[in-house]
Amino acid sequence: MAETVSTPSENPSRRDFIYIATGAAGVVGAGLYAWPLIDQMNPAADTKALSTTEVDLSSVEEGQQIIVKWQGKPVFVRHRTQKEIDEARAVDVSTLRDPATDEQRLVVNGEGKYEPQYLIMIGICTHLGCVPIGNNAGDYDGWFCPCHGSHYDTAGRIRKGPAPKNLVLPPYQYLTDTLVKIG
Amino acid sequence: MRLSKLTATIFATAALGLTAGSAIASEGPELKHVEFSFEGPFGTYDKAAAQRGFQVYQESCSNCHSMSLVAIRSLGEPGGPFYDEEHPNANDNPVIKAIAAMFTVTDGPDSEGDMFERTAKPFDHFPSPFPNEQAARASNGGALPPDFSVLVSAREHGPQYIYSILTSYEDEAPEGVELRDGMNYNPAFKGGQIGMPPPLFEDLVEYSDGTKASVEQMAHDVVTFMAWASDPKMEERKRMGWMVMIYLFIFALLMYGSYKAVWRDVEH
Amino acid sequence: MSGYPGYDPKSGIEKWLDARLPIVRLGYDTFIFPTPRNLNYWWTFGGILAVILMSQIITGIILAMHYVPHVDLAFDSVQHIKRDVNFGWMLQPMHAVGASMMFLAVYIHMFRGIYYGSYKSPREVLWIVGVVIYLLMMATGFMGYVLPWGQMSFWGATVITNLFSAFPLVGESITQWLWGGFAVDDPTLNRFFSLHFVLPFAILGLVILHVWALHVPGNNNPTGVSVKNVDKDTLPFHPYYTVKDGFAIVVFLMVFAAFIFFMPDALNHPDNYIRANPLVTPAHIVPEWYYLPFYAMLRAVPNKLGGVITMFGAIAVLFVLPWLDTSKVRSMRYRPLAKLFFIIFVLACIGLGWAGAKSPTDLVFVTGTDAATGAPTGLSFLWFARILTLYYYVFFVIILPVLGLVEKPKDRPESIEKSVLNTTHEEA
Repeated sequence: MAETVSTPSENPSRRDFIYIATGAAGVVGAGLYAWPLIDQMNPAADTKALSTTEVDLSSVEEGQQIIVKWQGKPVFVRHRTQKEIDEARAVDVSTLRDPATDEQRLVVNGEGKYEPQYLIMIGICTHLGCVPIGNNAGDYDGWFCPCHGSHYDTAGRIRKGPAPKNLVLPPYQYLTDTLVKIG
Repeated sequence: MRLSKLTATIFATAALGLTAGSAIASEGPELKHVEFSFEGPFGTYDKAAAQRGFQVYQESCSNCHSMSLVAIRSLGEPGGPFYDEEHPNANDNPVIKAIAAMFTVTDGPDSEGDMFERTAKPFDHFPSPFPNEQAARASNGGALPPDFSVLVSAREHGPQYIYSILTSYEDEAPEGVELRDGMNYNPAFKGGQIGMPPPLFEDLVEYSDGTKASVEQMAHDVVTFMAWASDPKMEERKRMGWMVMIYLFIFALLMYGSYKAVWRDVEH
Repeated sequence: MSGYPGYDPKSGIEKWLDARLPIVRLGYDTFIFPTPRNLNYWWTFGGILAVILMSQIITGIILAMHYVPHVDLAFDSVQHIKRDVNFGWMLQPMHAVGASMMFLAVYIHMFRGIYYGSYKSPREVLWIVGVVIYLLMMATGFMGYVLPWGQMSFWGATVITNLFSAFPLVGESITQWLWGGFAVDDPTLNRFFSLHFVLPFAILGLVILHVWALHVPGNNNPTGVSVKNVDKDTLPFHPYYTVKDGFAIVVFLMVFAAFIFFMPDALNHPDNYIRANPLVTPAHIVPEWYYLPFYAMLRAVPNKLGGVITMFGAIAVLFVLPWLDTSKVRSMRYRPLAKLFFIIFVLACIGLGWAGAKSPTDLVFVTGTDAATGAPTGLSFLWFARILTLYYYVFFVIILPVLGLVEKPKDRPESIEKSVLNTTHEEA
């Protein structure tokens, strides 16, 4: 090499500036370029459009449960019998692993109207994600998870087994007395 | 440099080749020259025109033409004809909800195993007028009404082509042209004979904004709507395109500055 | 090529790592590599190609996350990408336009190699690896174009796979084997997807070999004169050529971005927005622009097998190019006659591309009208393509071998350094 970069004839500070500016512009550009590459893995517009679903509760007969799909997950909609409601209310809340009254299990975020017979929950065991068996299964007449033996009562609260929490409530609201919008 | 002359020759020839290439496009019947708001690097969809065009599609075209790749919600998504800043989520947009409610879609199977009809929701795609291609052909004298989803992109000079088709019908075929049974004379269509009867006529629709519904006006509007359906992200694409170009331009200047600085003391 | 003092680890950690995995040394040797100081902008296309290849691999992996290789769903899934996937409207054209940009860059890269004699000893293997990369690019690009499952995808796939049926005896078996059936269908689409996904990684491996083969003899340069004195004739690749390549890459990206954002369909055929229909052939089947010259050669020969052989031969001849050119002078800068024939060669390639896009019966120019029918007469694209195809072969098989023996080259500079000083002074 006959010549090198560090010839004194040049103003070093101006030169450094252009190098730093170029490098910074390159880094910024790479960062902006990276975002679309990452964001494309987030839910697409069609997936997001399906993020609400409406359920007609009048089609669920007393003592029955239907499972609707919401955001790719099963949602239990149970029309409880008076016996189930009474059982759920007879429990001493302070003895529960994840304390919640029956009323708290029927409304989301503690507000809005509710119908005591309709219980709406995400049907995924809070232990490791299996779908519990319904229709008065388990030791507490509610749901029983076959994977690792978690028992939920008639309000979907964890009573026995490895699961740490009650079955999760999805965000939902009553549009009419019998029409519920989930999501 | 000696190569610069060579470069000039090659680029000149390439440019010649490109012009020659664009001459390919001019094959076939002559198209009407009509301008649209969405042309050019700054072009955007004329929202009012696209809304009117949707009305034309919905009241007239959709009786035969499907648009199965387009979701109803996309009408209210950014860039769409009914996008409303107050309802960035198209599912909550009352206009979109009302539009969805105009359509019926087949869903199912229900718990009995039967398919059932229900009112469309914004996330549904536009329902097709015919259950399958055979049914569409059977109802249209053997001709298949093409799907509108990407039709503008699927034709050379799509907007001008579709506009020309819609506005070039003639009641009588010129002498010497023998129309086949069920065909209509349209000089803008290749061969001059088209299965589709004239779809537009004066005051076919009643525009709520008071625009006179002439054939030309409706054709222009529906083409704007179809162009949007084919390329719903165009506005976002061009907007980002300008930001990218400006960034690259500045970055190129900086790169050139660095290049000059690094090579400053080197003869080359 | 040796020259500069190698990597000199200073700290303990650097020495420790260098003794176990000399990866820093590898990077150092790759980037602080003696590079002729007189490389012009034509030499930046290697770096440009590396950037596009990486871009294609990244966007390709992403598209594969959303694409569905099934005849009933492929077309819709591409629309799903463009309409619903976040930034899909940008990523899909990046990949589709990227293919065109890669071919544009590779053609310039190859023409540069031919003009400056970069295939000549001791760089024959470097050139051959490059031709293999080009062949794999053609295969990858072709299979990628099938994936959107539009009309051109389907009929392009049908026409190209049918080429193999031209071979006697085994032709029919080969096409059925390629298809996995009796026509282009779901099995074909699935295997094309699989191969389209994996081939770019083979290309990447070959690119590493290409760079390795480059770093043994070192870069050729516009004078074609070998490096004699490393200190006087060369500069370290970094920072000199990283900034020069970087500048060229950014300028190239501007062209790339202009297509992606403002005319994403300019290089595509409208018919590919029509779902593939095995029962209806489009009026004109036109391949992607980068295959047009070969398509013109295929159609120029009236015999089916002859056309196929002519087309594949046009690529095969590139493999033996280092031994066809008999001239001892590398750069055509000092070969006036060769330079003239080279310019005609470039024009012939562009002309073949033009002919490939036109119908063979169309006329290049009109000379008169037929007395009997009144139809215009003149040079048809069929004959235009035939003449140019002939020239393509003559250039490689006759002109280059003969010219090397008869041509009297101009004086060449003694060294790269001398040539640099002379030009600078001429211009000053």
